[in-house]
Amino acid sequence: MSTHSSRLAARLMVAPSVALLLVWMIVPLAMTLYYSFRLYRLISPERAGWTGFTNYVWFFQSPDFWLAMLNTLALVGGVLVITVVLGILIALLIDQPVKGQGVLRILVIAPFFVMPPVAASILENLFMHPQNGLFAAVSMGLGTQPILFLQDYPMWSVIGIVSWEWLPFSTLILLTALQSLSSEQLEAAEMDGAGAFSRFRYIILPHATRAITVVILIQTIFLLGIFGEIYTTTQGGPGSASTTLPYLIFKQAIVAKDIGRAAAGGIIAVILANVVAYFLMRGIGRHLDA
Amino acid sequence: MARAQSPRRTALMTLAAWSVALIIFFPVLWMILTSFKTETSAVAMPPEFLSADWTLDNYVEVWARSDYPRFFWNSVVISVGSTLLGLVIAVPAAWAMAFVPGNKTKDLLMWMLSTKMMPAVAVMIPLYLLFLKLGLIDTKIGLVIALMLMNLPIIIWMLYTYFKEIPAEILEAARMDGAGLWNEIVHVLTPMAIPGIASTMLLNVILAWNEAFWTIILTTTKAAPLSAFIASLSAPQGLFYAKLSAASAMAIMPILILGWFSQKQLVRGLTFGAVK
Amino acid sequence: MKLTIRALLGACAIGAISTAVMAETTITVATVNNGDMVRMQGLMDDFYAKHPDIKVEWVTLEENVLRQNVTTDIATGGGQYDVITIGTFEAPIWAKQGWLEGLNDLPADYDIDDLLPAIRGGLTVDGVLYASPFYGESSFVNYRKDLAAAAGVTIPDAPTWDDIMAAAAAMTDQEAGIYGICLRGKAGWGENMAFLTSMANSYGARWFDENWVPQFDSPEWKAVLTDYVEMLTKYGPPGASNNGYNENLTLSLQGKCAMRMDATVSAGSLTDPAQSEFAEQVGFALAPDMGLGKRANWLWAWSLAIPASSDAKEASKAFINWATNKDYLALVASKEGWRNAPPGTRTSLYANPEYAALPFAKMTIDSINAADPTNPTVKPVPYVGVQFAAIPEFAGLATGVGEIFSAALAGQKTVDEALAEAQALSVDEMTAAGYIK
Repeated sequence: MSTHSSRLAARLMVAPSVALLLVWMIVPLAMTLYYSFRLYRLISPERAGWTGFTNYVWFFQSPDFWLAMLNTLALVGGVLVITVVLGILIALLIDQPVKGQGVLRILVIAPFFVMPPVAASILENLFMHPQNGLFAAVSMGLGTQPILFLQDYPMWSVIGIVSWEWLPFSTLILLTALQSLSSEQLEAAEMDGAGAFSRFRYIILPHATRAITVVILIQTIFLLGIFGEIYTTTQGGPGSASTTLPYLIFKQAIVAKDIGRAAAGGIIAVILANVVAYFLMRGIGRHLDA
Repeated sequence: MARAQSPRRTALMTLAAWSVALIIFFPVLWMILTSFKTETSAVAMPPEFLSADWTLDNYVEVWARSDYPRFFWNSVVISVGSTLLGLVIAVPAAWAMAFVPGNKTKDLLMWMLSTKMMPAVAVMIPLYLLFLKLGLIDTKIGLVIALMLMNLPIIIWMLYTYFKEIPAEILEAARMDGAGLWNEIVHVLTPMAIPGIASTMLLNVILAWNEAFWTIILTTTKAAPLSAFIASLSAPQGLFYAKLSAASAMAIMPILILGWFSQKQLVRGLTFGAVK
Repeated sequence: MKLTIRALLGACAIGAISTAVMAETTITVATVNNGDMVRMQGLMDDFYAKHPDIKVEWVTLEENVLRQNVTTDIATGGGQYDVITIGTFEAPIWAKQGWLEGLNDLPADYDIDDLLPAIRGGLTVDGVLYASPFYGESSFVNYRKDLAAAAGVTIPDAPTWDDIMAAAAAMTDQEAGIYGICLRGKAGWGENMAFLTSMANSYGARWFDENWVPQFDSPEWKAVLTDYVEMLTKYGPPGASNNGYNENLTLSLQGKCAMRMDATVSAGSLTDPAQSEFAEQVGFALAPDMGLGKRANWLWAWSLAIPASSDAKEASKAFINWATNKDYLALVASKEGWRNAPPGTRTSLYANPEYAALPFAKMTIDSINAADPTNPTVKPVPYVGVQFAAIPEFAGLATGVGEIFSAALAGQKTVDEALAEAQALSVDEMTAAGYIK
């Protein structure tokens, strides 16, 4: 149906968004690319100049770099697995005809409204603290030593905190998907003698595939850049046990004030993000649009 | 998929669902409780539930120490402003992609989303310099623009998935009746997409409200929102858990209340086209 | 221009109430959210009474965020702030870059010669004062006298490390949640490395030799790190690798640290019955030594400075003079008692009999006077600074080393591995920065 004129109108309507995002992406990216080949330290501006690939070499030779890459993937993967699996289970539970569904939903959404630094700081200080936290109180009540979350399990602690923040998001999207599933279909399956598991496996799960895809896509975008929670809690440590790529860049930019290195790290992170995006699209993109 | 169940099963499910919900909610609840305790009571071991030393002092002190209304107002302006501006730009784009799709539309959408993957820290100095040159540091309009651009891909995508669910025939019918493009969008499409637009707005207000990196880097006094308020009250000297909890509660309460009142809208809209 | 017109209008307006039309200068002041700074914001009525033509806008931020924003601003010439809060580390480096306004022309009643020499020296470059100290601190030991008595140990006023370790062993009671000693373990140049660098000074260790060659492969550093890790793992609170200044202060206020070695500025909180039920039991001792002539005490001053990019330098100077003058100390004392006066900046404060009567006053001034930034170590070094080396690269490098050492504390690395890694990292960074040719 689309006529020539409506095509033109459509182009015109998409143009502002594309132009804005293009500028928003290209300008900082170009500046970052430029700085990544420069020696540029904020507090010694007199030592400036071209350095070739020195900044990139520093990253690849840094003993923390590969660990940071692994940690980044562990954070993204860990949070995705936790939020998707728990999200499905909780959505299934809330979708049952239980009393007070409205209030339940409100309680489950709440973490999503908490500012990330607040969430991290509350969980760190009021819950995970080895002397004053609630978890320590529980351990002592059970007669065991408190778990040293941030010292012994730093990466798990960060994954736990981020999962708590994002669980409401996945739960809600999956819940919406479940609610659109027709009950006749499930009842019919039940009549045919399908057990709870096979109903889940063959009816519910396929129905939720698109929703799961959306959860994975949106969360990956946000999770790849996370560093605020790490900064608030473990500061990437102990050592570099919980240092991710964004946090490694953050340290170069903010602590060492080495803009050149931070820029090189940024370019590496952009490449990593695109690699992840590519596999994401190959793997799940086909579920997205019919 | 509500189905008839035995009362016993319903009771059991209710119990299970409530337990899970309370566990998820508990950190927020505990933070609010802590905000009403004295500092010494807040760190008491074993933790004090009912026997705590209750007080309003933390709120009084936090209120006296900083200009909460100003931070609050800045947060409102920035989050609502960036969302509205984003919608103005995104609605036509989403309309065009949904109803006049080209063979590259999907790639274009994915490219837009991928612009969000650039790590913020890496472009901190370039963007700061850019804002400095443009005179946008510590201005509300600067933050509105920055957060709008940050969330634009999400807004476009959400709207696109809604618009796609609207049958093209309805629009065609409107066109047959001689409605112009503008009328088609404003009078036919928009009313049908209200739930989608509403939840898009809500989600983006929340995302903008919770943004705590750029809002701190790019502001000093005039435009500083609640994220800066938190940064001014976290980790001072001595006992601070109760005051931090009070400040945190004050920072998240407005968005929490908004979210609670509008959760039906939010739930309905958070589908990203995932529901068929 | 606008200012003058408004001022002229004000002068010409017949019968106008002068204050209502007076030209107003607004200055933006960036501070850390420490107790003393927050207190100042509550006392602004006094400033406005003296300077009705100046309006102060506050930017109060947590230390790390403040540092990040202020550094970004000053290095890019942003000009967002008129008065900034910086430390002894930043002041000389930024002054040499030409980023700060000299403060030698403050009014006579500022009484520059009243500043403590050690503090003033750290903020002065080529005879010009570039930042005015708001409060100064060294580090010392605070301990619970009741626990020491119960354990039958006495902590001398000037202890050695052996005294401290023996006392820590005697007072530790893990079952009761009492930890013999609390030290900074959180990674960061201003956290664990501030402590470890000053501890190293007392052990005869140093960061660099005269040719900027890192010294982590020396036996002295091995002794430092071995003792540090041993003390904290045996007698410290579990999870010490995540404890910084604030975490340890909290534990001390709760009475869970039998001993703690940290900033002298926390003495005011520790002896305040409103903040700690153990306030009456707090004893103080100088930072320990090894008999080598250097104690493990550092030197720091949170100070107010004016960026060269400020466009309201006169008003900013008026503010700095008010905030760091002797009169300000008296003002705080009159409103909130001498205990709460910002410590560690002026000789006259410690000459005041009322202040000198406070239990921590003498120990604080002795600690500050014992610190010598220009001659901090047993062996000679090419740098200035007690718990840091005042070179731009130090913050990044020491944070990297601090992470390695906190990993050793967490048990992820042995002391030898940590030292070898720290040495390799330092050599790389110092070579890249051009110090090692």
